[in-house]
Amino acid sequence: MPGAFASEMGFGNPRRSSASGPGGHSPLRRVSSLLYRRSTLYLFLLLLPPLLWLGTVYLGSLFTLLMQSFYAIDEFTATVVPKLTLATYEQLFRHPANVDIILRTLAMAVAVTIACALVAFPIANYMARYATPRMRAFFYVGVMLPMWTSYLVKVYAWRLILAKQGIASWFAATLGLDGVLEAALATPVIGGPSLASSYLGMFIVFVYMWLPFMILPLHAALERVPQNLLQASADLGARPRQTFRSVVLPLALPGLAAGSVFTFSLTLGDYIIPSVVGAPGYFIGMMVFQQQGTAGNIPLAAAFSVVPIVLIAIYLALAKRAGAFDAL
Amino acid sequence: MKPDAAPLAGAAVQFRNVTRRFGAVPAVDDVSFDVAAGEFFALLGPSGSGKTTCLRLIAGFERPDAGQVKIAGADVSGVPPYERNVNTVFQDYALFPHMSVLENVAYGPRMRGVAAEERERRAREMLDLVQLAAMSGRAPAQLSGGQKQRVALARALINGPGVLLLDEPLGALDLKLREQMQTELKALQRRLGTTFVYVTHDQGEALSMADRVAVFNAGRIEQLDTPRILYMRPRTAFVARFVGSANVIEGEFARRVVGTRGAFAVRAEAIALAESRAAMPPDAMGCEATIVDILYHGASSRWQVRTDAGEALAVVRPESAGGQRQFAIGARVRAFWARESLVPLADA
Repeated sequence: MPGAFASEMGFGNPRRSSASGPGGHSPLRRVSSLLYRRSTLYLFLLLLPPLLWLGTVYLGSLFTLLMQSFYAIDEFTATVVPKLTLATYEQLFRHPANVDIILRTLAMAVAVTIACALVAFPIANYMARYATPRMRAFFYVGVMLPMWTSYLVKVYAWRLILAKQGIASWFAATLGLDGVLEAALATPVIGGPSLASSYLGMFIVFVYMWLPFMILPLHAALERVPQNLLQASADLGARPRQTFRSVVLPLALPGLAAGSVFTFSLTLGDYIIPSVVGAPGYFIGMMVFQQQGTAGNIPLAAAFSVVPIVLIAIYLALAKRAGAFDAL
Repeated sequence: MKPDAAPLAGAAVQFRNVTRRFGAVPAVDDVSFDVAAGEFFALLGPSGSGKTTCLRLIAGFERPDAGQVKIAGADVSGVPPYERNVNTVFQDYALFPHMSVLENVAYGPRMRGVAAEERERRAREMLDLVQLAAMSGRAPAQLSGGQKQRVALARALINGPGVLLLDEPLGALDLKLREQMQTELKALQRRLGTTFVYVTHDQGEALSMADRVAVFNAGRIEQLDTPRILYMRPRTAFVARFVGSANVIEGEFARRVVGTRGAFAVRAEAIALAESRAAMPPDAMGCEATIVDILYHGASSRWQVRTDAGEALAVVRPESAGGQRQFAIGARVRAFWARESLVPLADA
C-alpha cells in the first residue's frame, strides 16, 4: 500500500525521476543549470534591458542635449550650425536678463527646498516615531493623495485659491489676518497685487507640490534611526534638543539630502507653475520651453537646460562635503 | 514618617510597590526591593518576566503607573533620563554609528558641556580601562561584538554614574567571550565600587556575578537572596526549576515518596542511581525508575529518568565518580536521595 501511494505521487515513477534527475536533458533545465554555474552571465542578462534603456535612451539623449548646447544658431538662416562653439554660452551669460532668470530660479529653488525641509521634518518625524500604525497609514495616504490628481488641475486650482477674491484672502480675512496678508503683498520682490500674481504665491504652490518628495525620503531615513540610540543619548545626559542635533539630524541627513535634491531639481526645471501662478518674471524652465518652441533656438534652450544640471552637481558636491552621506 | 518609608541608609535604588502596566497587563506588578550602594545586583527571569521593565524604570525610559522609584533616596518619578545619575549599557550596545569610538565614549561629557580637551582625555582614560585604546579612531561598524560591548561600557561609565544599568550586556556574545567578560565585569565592579544593576535571563551568569539576585516571574519577585541561598534554599517551585534546574516533587508523587502532600525541591546532583530494588541507605528516600536519556556534558552527565508512575526526574552525576555503575538507556534503576537534601517549597 505505501508503494502504491508513492507511485501515485510520482515518487516511484521511473520515467519522471530520470527526467528530473541531475542528468536531465530538458532544454530549460540545461539553461537554468548553465545560469546557476555562470552567475555572472545570469546577472548580465538581467541587467541588459535596463542598461540598454539607461545607456542609450537616457544617457544618449542627455549627451545629445549637451552637444546641442555647444552648437550655435545662424542669425540669418535661423538654422543650427553643427559646429562646436561657446557662442551660445556667451549669449546665455552676456545678457543680464538671462543671468537674472538663472538667479531668480536658483533663489526660488533654495527657498522652496528650505521651506519643504522645515515643513516635512516634523511630519516625517511624527510618522516615523510617534504615529500608531493606523495613523501612519492615514498619513501615508494623506501625503500621497495629492499625487493622484493631475498636476495641471492642482496648479490651476491654486491659481483660484490664491486669486484676489479667492479662498486664501477670504481665509485670512476670516482669521483677522488680512493685515498680515497685505503687508506680505506690499513687501518688495516677493509681493504683488495678489497672491496669485506674486512670487510669494508661486513659492506656496511650489512648496505644496514638492512636499511629498521631501517627506517620503526623510521619513524613510528617520524610520531607520533606532529608538535605542535616542534613549542612549538621553541616558548619557543629552537634552531632547541636543539629541536632535547630535543624533537625529546627522542620521537623517541622507534622507534630507535625497529629498532636497528632488525639491531643488524639480523647482529648477519646472515651467508650468511659474507660467500659471506668480509674478511675470521668467524662470529657467519657461526659457527652455520658449527657446526650443516659438523662438526656435535649440542651442540656447540646451544651454539653459545645462544650468540646472550644473547647479545640482554643485549642490551634491556641497552636501557631500558637509557630510550628508557619511551615515549612508 | 512611617519607618518603612524612610530611605534605607546607603540604598542606591529603591522600588516601593512599583507597578507598570502595558495595556491591561502589568509588566511589573507591585514590586518592592532595595539595592545597596556598591552592590552587584542581578534581575533574573525568563523573557517577559518584567526584569527589563524594572531596569527601564530606573533609567527613566518608563514611568511607574503606581508606586515609587528612588535613586539615592530621592523620588525620580518626574525626572527625565538625562537628569538621572544612572547610565545604561544597552543589550545591542546602541553605539552611535556616525561617530568614532572616541566620540562615542566622549558623548556624555560633551552633552554636559565639558571642554573638548578635557573630555577627550577622559574618554581615552575610559578606553584604557576597557583595553580599547588602540581602537579610538574606528567606527563602531568596524568593531567585533566584544569590542562594541567594551565601548558601550566605557561610554556608560565615563559620566561616573551612581548606578550602572546593564541590560543583558553579554547576550549577543559567544560562550568563551561571555565567560571572559563576566570575569572582567565583576573585577571592574569591584575596582570602581559602582552599584551595578544587571538584567539577565542566564541563571549561571546571575549566580556567578551577583551579590544578590532578584528572581522575576510574571511581573513579580519570586525570591530575592544571595546566589548561594537561591540555589540551596529555593522558596518556590519556579525558583527551584529556573535557578537550580532542580526537580520539584509535589502532589501525589510527594505523598508516595516523601510521605506528605506538599512541594519539595531536590537538586539533580543530590539524586543517586543504583540497581533496581537495591537497598537504600538509612534516612534516604526514592523510587523505582527507568532511564530515558543520557546527556554527556564532559565533567558530568545528565540522566533523564522516569518513575513508574510517569514523573520525570533529572539526575546529574559526575563522570569521575569512581566505581559508579553505568546504566544504559531503558535500564531499570532505583533513584534515591538523602532526606536532608529535600527543600520544602512555599507553593504546593
